[in-house]
Amino acid sequence: MQEFGEIFGLAIGLIVSADKNLLEIVFLSLRVSLSAVLISCLIGMPLGALLGMTRFRGHGALLVLLNALMGLPPVVVGLVVYMLLSNAGPMGWLQLLYTPTAMIIAQTILITPIVAALTRQVIESLHSEYAEQFRSMCVSARTAVATLLWDARVSLLTVALAGFGRAIAEVGAVMIVGGNIIHLTRVMTTAIALETSKGNLDLALALGIVLFLIALGINAVVMSLRSDTTRYGYA
Amino acid sequence: MAMLETLAVRDINASGTRKEDSLLPAVTRSLSYRTGGKTILDDVSLRLPPLSLTVVMGPNGAGKSILLRLLHGLLQPSSGEILWGGKGLGPSIRKRQAMVFQRPVLLRRSVADNIRFALRLRGNAAPRDCHEILEASGLSAQARQAARSLSGGEQQRLALARALVLRPEVLFLDEPTANLDPASTAAIESVVLGVRRGGTKVIFVSHDVGQAQRLADDVVFLHRGRLHEHSSADVFFSSPVSDAARSYLGGELLL
Repeated sequence: MQEFGEIFGLAIGLIVSADKNLLEIVFLSLRVSLSAVLISCLIGMPLGALLGMTRFRGHGALLVLLNALMGLPPVVVGLVVYMLLSNAGPMGWLQLLYTPTAMIIAQTILITPIVAALTRQVIESLHSEYAEQFRSMCVSARTAVATLLWDARVSLLTVALAGFGRAIAEVGAVMIVGGNIIHLTRVMTTAIALETSKGNLDLALALGIVLFLIALGINAVVMSLRSDTTRYGYA
Repeated sequence: MAMLETLAVRDINASGTRKEDSLLPAVTRSLSYRTGGKTILDDVSLRLPPLSLTVVMGPNGAGKSILLRLLHGLLQPSSGEILWGGKGLGPSIRKRQAMVFQRPVLLRRSVADNIRFALRLRGNAAPRDCHEILEASGLSAQARQAARSLSGGEQQRLALARALVLRPEVLFLDEPTANLDPASTAAIESVVLGVRRGGTKVIFVSHDVGQAQRLADDVVFLHRGRLHEHSSADVFFSSPVSDAARSYLGGELLL
């Protein structure tokens, strides 16, 4: 087995030289996860805002369910989506199994509960603060929702980034529904698992470094946004 | 701060529809509010006259803020009724009122955007430039600053300016100077007096006797949720009728 330092050097070399295989995998990962985050935000944020602003019969039960879904194991999501999309499944006719679309669907199912639950917390907290003032000013429900979403935009961006962090780092679901097919469905996490088992540690480590840098970048952006908004009184 | 006072007066005069369909007098009949098995306000019957600054006084827990919220429709009475100009309290009446809270609730936006929000709500075609209002509020220099980064006095001034943008016929103020220094308190009081001179009915909650003496035309005195007195300020401060009011004005601790 090669020494760690040597492997590390090779990995850095792959990154610096913008290795074609490496870039292809990184870009597919970003495409899949960013698409999943976008769809999750479109579904999860309005759902979370609704849960944060209203009370109805079954509200508590829905929150318990949503919180439970936040901890969904990726392999379970992968299995369910696999069963749905396989030829024998109810959505088999779509022929989506082992495509990036299937991976987007799986990641969307995985992170929508996270986005919805975190959005609910953010909006509920802001709504409790604004509610009496809104009532006093006779603010319509539509204006209230728009105002809450806009005023909570920084917090909601961190919610989206949290969802992205979860999506880009998961391996179980995309492995099952994507199949880790080279040039088609191979993303960073599945490639790391495969290349490690094959002994191609330099490529695996290079992908690991890129993944780590993405996670680092997300956290830096989140922290920066939080400290800026707190410092300037927007949060 | 005299500028904001002027703005308020001009705003009120500009509305032009005040005399007809007036909200005043406001009448409460046997108004009660109970929550959690406790009676907070008990059988309060009042007639609040137009063109006056009514100060609602009483020790902590007297029910002053609850009365204000009931009058503004933020809370529903447990029993009794509230009539504004002979009509029950509904959205059309509430839109003609505004309230400033003890702790100003400002949007997580800039100072200017807080004013713009109220301007959009007003939906009035008459141009009232945000800049002009900020000038009048003495907050031009902070226009782009986050509203929440203002000092306590500035925040309350912004909340008051935002309420005045709505051109209320009735302005509720729930201890707006409770946490302010004397200079900020004086500035707010000056605006409130200007608003009252402009013809807006002001209902001001305070437990500060000195402030009530400076501002009040009439005083509503509450203690333990019951109405003990409602009289002109002169009468109230010179010869209070109830034992509770006498004790309160005498500086005794009312429990």
